[in-house]
Amino acid sequence: MSNQTEKGELWEVFLQSKSGLAFKHAGSVHGSDAEIALQNARDVYTRRNEAVGLWIVPSDQIAAAPSDSDSFFDPADDKVYRHPTFYNVPDGVKHM
Amino acid sequence: MDNNEDYNKNLLEFERKIEAEEKIEPRDWMPDEYRQHLIRQMSQHAHSEVIGMQPEGNWVNRAPSLRSKKILIAKIQDEGGHGLYLYSAAETLGVSRDQFVKWLHEGKAKYSSIFNYPTLSWADIGAIGWLVDGAAIVNQVSLCRTSYGPYSRAMVRICKEESFHQRQGYEIMCDMMNGTEDQRKMAQDAMNRWWWPSLMMFGPTDNDSPNSQRAMKWKIKRESNDKLRQKFIYKTVGQAEFIGLTVPDPDLNWNEEAQHYDFGEIDWNEFYEVIKGRGPCNKQRLETHIKSHQEGEWVRDTAREYNRLKQEVKKELV
Repeated sequence: MSNQTEKGELWEVFLQSKSGLAFKHAGSVHGSDAEIALQNARDVYTRRNEAVGLWIVPSDQIAAAPSDSDSFFDPADDKVYRHPTFYNVPDGVKHM
Repeated sequence: MDNNEDYNKNLLEFERKIEAEEKIEPRDWMPDEYRQHLIRQMSQHAHSEVIGMQPEGNWVNRAPSLRSKKILIAKIQDEGGHGLYLYSAAETLGVSRDQFVKWLHEGKAKYSSIFNYPTLSWADIGAIGWLVDGAAIVNQVSLCRTSYGPYSRAMVRICKEESFHQRQGYEIMCDMMNGTEDQRKMAQDAMNRWWWPSLMMFGPTDNDSPNSQRAMKWKIKRESNDKLRQKFIYKTVGQAEFIGLTVPDPDLNWNEEAQHYDFGEIDWNEFYEVIKGRGPCNKQRLETHIKSHQEGEWVRDTAREYNRLKQEVKKELV
């Protein structure tokens, strides 16, 4: 499967909305190379100052969990004890 | 001359960002001393998470119930995960994880001294979760505001998960204090052995902490060792008293005027001895890490070989 189309390669776009925050997926753009794709991503996704940081990654370089992924994530389903609310803390104990 | 001008310009921009509470990201220019400080601190932090699995692992096979065994395994698994968050954040500074592990094995990188103490009874598992993780939380909540972006984000992720660790520890202590006379003694004994090393986790006093000042200036650290230690004591003393545990410090006193606890002198001699490698378990901890790293070699070999064969099959199909 090729990433190449007549509009250039497909790139996934990640934005950092504020200094220090993690980058989040925003969408994708086409571009014949990284430089062009970065400019396209800027023009498509950050017209209203939505970002202070911008990453692009070739779409075909992303590996994904199966979309029907119920069983993929189910190891966490029966481990309620990983949550702090599972534990008894006596009333009146502070700072915990 | 040009180089010098560039450096000064970069430094000004870097310091402006720090001043404005903007985070420094991996691709931003940063002074070499800033990078080196982070490499040291973050890898030490990552190693601590991973080495910290050993004292707790000691009790997996002797956990008193299936419930407590599952919880302990989940906690140890989290510690491994925290190590990975931190290694991955540290790798953004341009040093590979292989190199970090190599420095650890060569004794060039340190980890928190607390993990060089042995876990002698089940109550120690309670004391570690409650006191050691409690102290780590105080430190790590403060580090959520560190100036290096990847470190800050790793800290936020870790802090979200730590709360379970502390609660499970305190629950163990509660259960034992509500148990038999022997169990209460066991809990108090664990308290006696872990209290002082927990206070040492915050590092030397501010007057004796040479790296601290620059780290504070560049906002790698946000609060001083003494201030964090004081916060931990403030939070913890009431929790101990609530379940009938005695803090093993005859000089501990609430200071109404200062609104904090005055406390006794920490045995800094012990602290430096353990740092220098002469704690009760230093040798064992490092040897165990090296051994399990070596014993895992076949897993890494197999993964590489599997990948190589897969590429070969792909080539043949083309």
